[in-house]
Amino acid sequence: MNLALRDIRYHRGRFILTSIGLGLLLGVVISMGGIYRGLFADALAVLSSTKADIWVVQQNTNGPFAESSRIPEDITYRIRAVPGVSEASPLSFQTIQIDKRAKPYRFFLIGYDLNGFGGPPEIITGRGIGQKHYEMVVAAAMGMAIGEKLHLGLHDYTVVGITGKVVSSGGDPVAYVTLSDAQDIQFKKDNSAIRNDRERLGANLDALRSIPPGQAKYLKQNISTITESTHTVNTIVARLAPGADLADVQARINRWNHYRPLSVAEQTRILTKGMIEKARMQLGLFRAILLVISAVIIALIIYTSTLDKIKVIATLKLIGSPNRVIVGMILQQSLLMGVIAYLIGYGLILLTYENFPRRIVLEDVDLQVLFVIVMGICTLSSCVGIRKALRVEPAEALGG
Amino acid sequence: MDNSLYAIEVEKLTKIYGKGGSAVTALADASLQVKAGELVAILGPSGSGKTTLLTAIGLINEPTHGRVIIDGTVVADAGWLPGIDLKRLRREKLGFIFQAHNLIPFLTARENVMIALEINKLSRNVAKARATELLTALNLAHRLNSYPSALSGGEAQRVAIARALANKPKVILADEPTAALDTENGTNVMVLLKKLAHENHSAIVVVTHDQRMVDGFDRIFHVNDGRMNSELCKIPSAQSNGS
Repeated sequence: MNLALRDIRYHRGRFILTSIGLGLLLGVVISMGGIYRGLFADALAVLSSTKADIWVVQQNTNGPFAESSRIPEDITYRIRAVPGVSEASPLSFQTIQIDKRAKPYRFFLIGYDLNGFGGPPEIITGRGIGQKHYEMVVAAAMGMAIGEKLHLGLHDYTVVGITGKVVSSGGDPVAYVTLSDAQDIQFKKDNSAIRNDRERLGANLDALRSIPPGQAKYLKQNISTITESTHTVNTIVARLAPGADLADVQARINRWNHYRPLSVAEQTRILTKGMIEKARMQLGLFRAILLVISAVIIALIIYTSTLDKIKVIATLKLIGSPNRVIVGMILQQSLLMGVIAYLIGYGLILLTYENFPRRIVLEDVDLQVLFVIVMGICTLSSCVGIRKALRVEPAEALGG
Repeated sequence: MDNSLYAIEVEKLTKIYGKGGSAVTALADASLQVKAGELVAILGPSGSGKTTLLTAIGLINEPTHGRVIIDGTVVADAGWLPGIDLKRLRREKLGFIFQAHNLIPFLTARENVMIALEINKLSRNVAKARATELLTALNLAHRLNSYPSALSGGEAQRVAIARALANKPKVILADEPTAALDTENGTNVMVLLKKLAHENHSAIVVVTHDQRMVDGFDRIFHVNDGRMNSELCKIPSAQSNGS
């Protein structure tokens, strides 16, 4: 006869309520694991959707995600000419926050070359960008509809397509525009700012006594061509030709002195170890604390439940019940509570994780490890009750 | 006298709690023999040592001095004898009835009886059949699937008696079995115990201070201040029966 099940059957209300409470707690633990995995997925989303082999960034930087990186756009042609590179494409990144319907509206803008790669990985609704200016493709999470316009920089941009779940390493949804539009949004100034800059630079040139007045006048006339160039990008991504050696290509680009060619593995390490390490540790700490709280709660529940059954345990001992029957009753109850609470927590997260503000990624291996940990906690927690039960004297069954 | 006649033999049993200056003698030189089929009462005021005697016979409380023999097996001689499996002996040779019936609240009446049988390694089906048979014999056929909380005091005590009888023990020990019952139910329980003692050939020892029930016993022992008064141990009805 399974005493644990009989006890649960009799006290089912109490048991279910306790399991629900514990389930909610385990749900939070599961969601934190999911958020942690989500951080990884978010951090690597742009990296993986670009499908590049090499990311060329400014020398001595960990750009373009972890650090600022600025390189000239025309380096693309030099990279394309490197033996082993099949294609190269410039990319521009910037985080934009505007007010939309009186609420902060934050997203990550990627500018890409229409003739290159690094654009939206898929189009769910609508179409890709078809013309060089004023069109954009946005991630579904931006909540925009086809045809909707967004004012960025000096112009309005029309949404022509919706892409899937692509987010920046910070978790912001991604929008795509052409590279030239992205550069305009990032660098182009309005007319008054341009006039102001010209006057300021002109005044500086006039003040330079080392330049002859004729030369200063010439420079003043042409300064805008030099200073108003927007042909700067954050990275140039490249794909290797079949059979090409990554290390060889990296070594060749390294020799140019001004650029740093990062492989996908290096970029992944920068993103995961650098950018989200603290968040990972924080989440790990929260998970550990919550698991300790779960352990304490389970131990308390089992201990209290054992205290309630002191007379039953004494009676069982008195009628000759072996210890394994009593230990089994307590341990099985504890494990069953853990299993039910785990299922409740898992079910809860499964039903709600799509609605979380940050991405939740539920990995089978995480869920399995957590289940084993929960079972371990239940076993350890039941030891408190078992210890108490084993100390109960059969004589306690006597008396009123 | 042939020793094998006795289901219980207690010889000069002494129980001392504590040591040195704080030692308390709960029971001193108590001796008692109970034949199979006998219903015996141990009477005494609260704190007199009667429960200590019962727990020593019940293999719960280790005697300091003296011998305890259950169904011909010496279990204690100035302490438990080495190699004695007390749990097995309690399971197979002893049945217990308690003042507050001590039924397991989350088991039905039938399961309460079955648990004693299953602990004694009987199969589930055999245990179920035997529990049903016992409870039916005790007029509880309509209460097989009732939980203890739904039983009256008398019914609960009869379920407890059925559990005590489940493994056909040689010795049944009852601790104040009628204390929580009204006179009518208490009398019914005593009648039942007497019938069972004679029919099952079990020795039944009842610790009680319930003076309403003394008439039903074959013999009565009085315990006072830890001493058993053997001069008062017989009652006329037992003598007249030649017991």
